[in-house]
Amino acid sequence: MSMEDALLTFVSESRELLEQMEDALLHFSADPEQINSIFRAAHTIKGSAGLFGLDDVVAFTHVAESVLDRVRSGELEVGNEMITLLLASGDHIGRLVSLVESGSQADDDLKADGQMLVDQLKAYLSGSVAAVKATVPVEQEVVLEKASTGDALTDNWHISIRFNEDVLRNGMDPAAFLLYLSGMGEIISVAALTDRVPALADMDPETCYLGFEINFASTASKADIDATFDFIREGSRISIIPPRSQIDAYISIINSLPEEDLKLGEILVRCGTLTESELKSALTEQLDTESVQPIGEMLVEHNQVHAPVVEAALARQKQVKDNKAAQASSIRVDSARLDHLISLVGELIIVGSSASLIASRIGESDLLEVTSNMSRMVEEVRDSAMSLRMVQIGATFNRFQRVVHDVSQELGKDIRLEIHGGETELDKTVVEKITDPLTHLVRNAMDHGIEPADVRLARGKPAQGCLRLNAWHDSGSIMLEVADDGGGLNTARIRAKAVERGLISADAELSDHDIHQLIFEAGFSTADAVSNLSGRGVGMDVVRSNITALRGSVELLSQPGEGTTVRVRLPLTLAIIDGFQVGVGQERYVIPLEMVEECIEFNRNQSRIDESGFIDLRGEVLPFVRLRQLFEQEGQGPARQNIVVLNFAGKRAGVVVDSLHGELQTVIRPLGKMFRSLPGISGFTILGTGNVALVMDVASLVDMMSRRDQQVAGGAVVVI
Amino acid sequence: MQTLARTDLPVAVDNVEPQQYLTFMLSGEMFAIGIVVIKEIIEYGYVTPVPRMPDFIRGVINLRGAVVPVIDLSARFGRGPGMIGRRTCIVIIETGLGDDVQTLGVMVDSVSEVLEISASDIEPPPSFGTHIRTDFIAGMGKVRGKFVIILDVNHVLSTEEMADLVQSGL
Repeated sequence: MSMEDALLTFVSESRELLEQMEDALLHFSADPEQINSIFRAAHTIKGSAGLFGLDDVVAFTHVAESVLDRVRSGELEVGNEMITLLLASGDHIGRLVSLVESGSQADDDLKADGQMLVDQLKAYLSGSVAAVKATVPVEQEVVLEKASTGDALTDNWHISIRFNEDVLRNGMDPAAFLLYLSGMGEIISVAALTDRVPALADMDPETCYLGFEINFASTASKADIDATFDFIREGSRISIIPPRSQIDAYISIINSLPEEDLKLGEILVRCGTLTESELKSALTEQLDTESVQPIGEMLVEHNQVHAPVVEAALARQKQVKDNKAAQASSIRVDSARLDHLISLVGELIIVGSSASLIASRIGESDLLEVTSNMSRMVEEVRDSAMSLRMVQIGATFNRFQRVVHDVSQELGKDIRLEIHGGETELDKTVVEKITDPLTHLVRNAMDHGIEPADVRLARGKPAQGCLRLNAWHDSGSIMLEVADDGGGLNTARIRAKAVERGLISADAELSDHDIHQLIFEAGFSTADAVSNLSGRGVGMDVVRSNITALRGSVELLSQPGEGTTVRVRLPLTLAIIDGFQVGVGQERYVIPLEMVEECIEFNRNQSRIDESGFIDLRGEVLPFVRLRQLFEQEGQGPARQNIVVLNFAGKRAGVVVDSLHGELQTVIRPLGKMFRSLPGISGFTILGTGNVALVMDVASLVDMMSRRDQQVAGGAVVVI
Repeated sequence: MQTLARTDLPVAVDNVEPQQYLTFMLSGEMFAIGIVVIKEIIEYGYVTPVPRMPDFIRGVINLRGAVVPVIDLSARFGRGPGMIGRRTCIVIIETGLGDDVQTLGVMVDSVSEVLEISASDIEPPPSFGTHIRTDFIAGMGKVRGKFVIILDVNHVLSTEEMADLVQSGL
């Protein structure tokens, strides 16, 4: 494993641990297991950071860990303030880890933040410095239990390391391990073994010739100490002898290490691990045993020292059972590999559809049967490949516990978060892109939606505000809802603002619902005071454009006095959709099937207001556009044309096309640099014939038409 | 980009080995492109037009599953849309560096041959007298007593420049 890989692993593991820590903090209870898990997260991060010599992370985490240690031992009470502080500390560690990832240095702001947190944390520590630990954590007891006759008298651990010669070449710094150890306890003494260092002329500066004998005082468990050396275990000789171990253990080290026995013994004495007399008896015993006991058995004996460690490991495993049990049945896969699989499935669909096309042209019945079976299989493969990328929205929703916690403190409001439908699944790429807009909606709802407690009480509502996050599937889309039980939108004020900004004319007739949607327009903010959280007017329009970029839509429902609900509709997936193929002249276009409502014959004589772009659809006015004109295609349409009625987020529009070609599985290819932001088109797809077809962007099309209609209503006719 | 084009040239001059060039015809004139950037040459087939594009973007084709834009070189040189003939070809070219590699198709009247032109036979582009923008020209190669315009692919097919033209046309 190269250093970069190791660092990446460190970063991702740290993030995961921080997430666990945050989760535990947010659901904090006095359960000792929970305190332990928070402590362990901090401890593991500190440990791994030490290995990489990330002093900033180690130094900061150490302070947080010390506080947690006091909590664990029951010396410190955990209150709301402490949880907030620990949450902030976790965030700070996260930021430090991000710096490690990007390879940059902390700026002054970050340093100042860190110092402030350290000061606050230290305030907790200084309150009870002299206190003696009341309880010793379980893990350690197991290790320390072993005490019998023939033990060495020392209360300290003894660690003896002979580094692998390649340690430096592998990017590890031996000093970093010492540094890391010093984070876990106190290094009483270190003796460096320089015997292997050759004469200067023969020395290879990239080879590590060193070894250390370390006398180490610590209450950490053997497993933890042992874990220090995980990265260099290969090729290095590492022996860790617990406090008060049998002298045999020392003998076996002395035997197994290359240095001269007597010299090593002396070093152990110098380290304070053994006393003079212990060494003597050890050496005599060695003489006795050496003749009869092969080195292998010695090592077995040496291994017995590990017995308590095994127990400790078991005890520890049991503690983390909840988290690990779920993970055991799943494997981690590099998302790039998944993407590759999906793109292969995409190719398969294209090849499959051209096979079906050829089969139907030939008309051989056996061939037709095989190809129809194959396309069914391909469809299944597609679905299960896509489902690999599906993740539950719950994890994303749960992250908002923290946002709600922080923001409600910041605002001085008491707000609880309710989550429904967390098990609803959607494509991972969609999840990643929806987090930011959701955060904004949540913050907005808390800041503007939910009233302060006194206002709420005056309105006869409970003092505690409620924010609901909701998710469910709805006909090929996923719906996400952010709802608050606040005051609702002030329709009159939004209208006034919209008139002031020139978004609507003063005499425009709009329903309340339409007025509410205006807050998604650019530069629209009705907040009287610009707060820290929202109200800078860059919010809702960004939310909308992020969502439409995902081929989704957003809608706002508001009831005065009862609250506001923002409903986001998103496609389940971005890469492969069910499409509906239409033709204009020679060209083929694909419309996402879920947005096609119906197809009707377009009869010129029937529609009286044809040329202005509206048609009478069973008594309803349906705006329509000719695809031929929209896409500037030459030629005249055939006598019989069709109109495809599209429905997007409740808005309907018709598109006039020459011919209809039915459903097909569509693999969407991105537009690429050259065609970015092409209006009306969201991507390309490859048809069974091998030709490229354009995938229509119904959202922008419907949007375009509804804007045209507004302008038409305003008197100006615009031909699209 | 200007400096980039200039630094391209000395490299070619320093190189003792003659470079290979693909020559092709475009409205009766001969052009050449260094062979290193060329991936393959395909027959002109069905090109899907993309609406609202400037005329030098002919459309897109399916190149074994990848969607590749096709540039009409004649239109790119400002000579109006190229005519489709029996020998019309699409030369597939990779431009850009590192992660930013873009695959493009270039429509030409006909492909002639692959030639070796030694660096000593390449003259710097003339400052005037050609029908196309001088920054499109990497040099003038002498082939059998005639001059061939060696194109600077990074300029002619600059994705940035073309994408900007697309944007401004919308």
